[in-house]
Amino acid sequence: MLFIDAWQFIVAHPGRFAGALTTHVALSAAALGLAIAMAVPVGVLLADSRRGTQLAITAANFGRTLPSLAVLALVMPLLGTGFVPALFALTLLALPPILINTCAALQQVDADLVDAARGMGMTYAQVMNQVELPVAMPVIFAGIRTASVQVVSGAVLASYIGGGGLGDFITAGIAMMALPQLLVGAIPATMLALGADWLFGLLQRTLTPVGMRAT
Amino acid sequence: MIEIRGLVKRFPGAAHPAVDNLTLTVPEGCVCVLIGPSGCGKTTTMRMINRLVEPDAGSISVGGRNVTHVDPVSLRRNIGYVIQQVGLFPHWTIADNIATVPKLLGWGEGRIAARVDELLERVGMEPTTFRARFPRELSGGQKQRVGVARALAADPPVMLMDEPFGALDPITRARLQDEFLRILRDLRKTIVFVTHDIDEALKLGDRIAILRDGALVQYDAPEALLARPADAFVESFVGTDRALKRLGLIMAEAALEVAGLPAPSLAIPAHANLRDALSRMLEGGVDSLAVTGVNGVVLGVLTMSAIRRHTGAGDSANNQ
Repeated sequence: MLFIDAWQFIVAHPGRFAGALTTHVALSAAALGLAIAMAVPVGVLLADSRRGTQLAITAANFGRTLPSLAVLALVMPLLGTGFVPALFALTLLALPPILINTCAALQQVDADLVDAARGMGMTYAQVMNQVELPVAMPVIFAGIRTASVQVVSGAVLASYIGGGGLGDFITAGIAMMALPQLLVGAIPATMLALGADWLFGLLQRTLTPVGMRAT
Repeated sequence: MIEIRGLVKRFPGAAHPAVDNLTLTVPEGCVCVLIGPSGCGKTTTMRMINRLVEPDAGSISVGGRNVTHVDPVSLRRNIGYVIQQVGLFPHWTIADNIATVPKLLGWGEGRIAARVDELLERVGMEPTTFRARFPRELSGGQKQRVGVARALAADPPVMLMDEPFGALDPITRARLQDEFLRILRDLRKTIVFVTHDIDEALKLGDRIAILRDGALVQYDAPEALLARPADAFVESFVGTDRALKRLGLIMAEAALEVAGLPAPSLAIPAHANLRDALSRMLEGGVDSLAVTGVNGVVLGVLTMSAIRRHTGAGDSANNQ
């Protein structure tokens, strides 16, 4: 049985499996963290400029059309192989959905809210932090959720440029026609992606302000 | 007091200035209604008072201070601001919404909580019921009540109101106008009120400024506006029924005659206006009505000829 063989492979190589899993999670988490740290502030800075926002969304949509493997392949000649180039490529993959959603969410904030907030004497930062960002948060988090699934799935490909992670088992499994080993990579990677989707879905609901939740 | 002098605003790409050399003084404690057709510059003028729009020329002073010499953020915290779409923050409770400006000003929690309850009561909303609710749980009328409470929160001497009742159904609008009138009389705020509804202007305004193409056409008390429209534009703007509108501004008790008349069978309350009284007379086929005070006590008699005196052209009706 394939699945039993895969399980036995994990039991036989606990260190290798744990290491690959750790690398996979670390790579995904770091890429997602970096992408959030870059895309959200850029979206906030562009919030007042309709043209800038449009430009960012167009650029991000272009970035989105690039296949994950192509991004990794493009990074290799520039940065070489290993964890850092893989991290760089995955961060690039995570940026577009977060940037697009941040820009769109901030554009969608009701103009009357901003007008009322400014008219009552909130500073630019207060309007952003107390009104625009909280109101935009559910949509921003939807982008982070999408990005998280893309990054966790994309991290499987990191193996091609020596980034490690669960993809190592898959590439090795394919190369050696060892299907159980392939599943040792594929099944946990799938579960991680589903888990990320679930986790960020939960966070998205938690971070949606009570007054804005669907009843 | 608000003093506007030689105010000019041009928006880029517009053929004509939005506001063109406007001069206007709003006395302390006065409700000044800015009214005119769309694009006449009324909202732009209002938004220059709290510097949401910066003027190109001219000056505005509020309480003796030139607004362009004050930091716009602290200026706005001292001017109440109400807009048509209310703009309540959906992620904050009603209490938090009302507390917006007090929180910005750094009031203590106890003082804020007491103020929120006081204001909810003032706008006719039970604090224990509404304090912890969210804006989406309120009707349109309730939202605007909260909007007015929020603007009053830090007790600003000046309030700007941009068509605050414009999005409400006619019944809710009339009720809020009446309550608003009562609150205004209590608080004696200096108010700039933008509307395009002449009936609202006549009902709420102490002074009405009619604007056209960014310029002031007439600035007068409601009775004077109806009695002596400055030109054909104002005349058409106030409507062909201005005699009836004038009657709408006068309360029955101001026109009643006390002595020596037999009490008629039909009656109206003393605080009803002459327009309604006239309607009642026409309906009942009579030419006099008893005017009743509290508990139905007859205060006097209102006659058709008294009403006619109040609709008379010229100055005869401007003495009350």
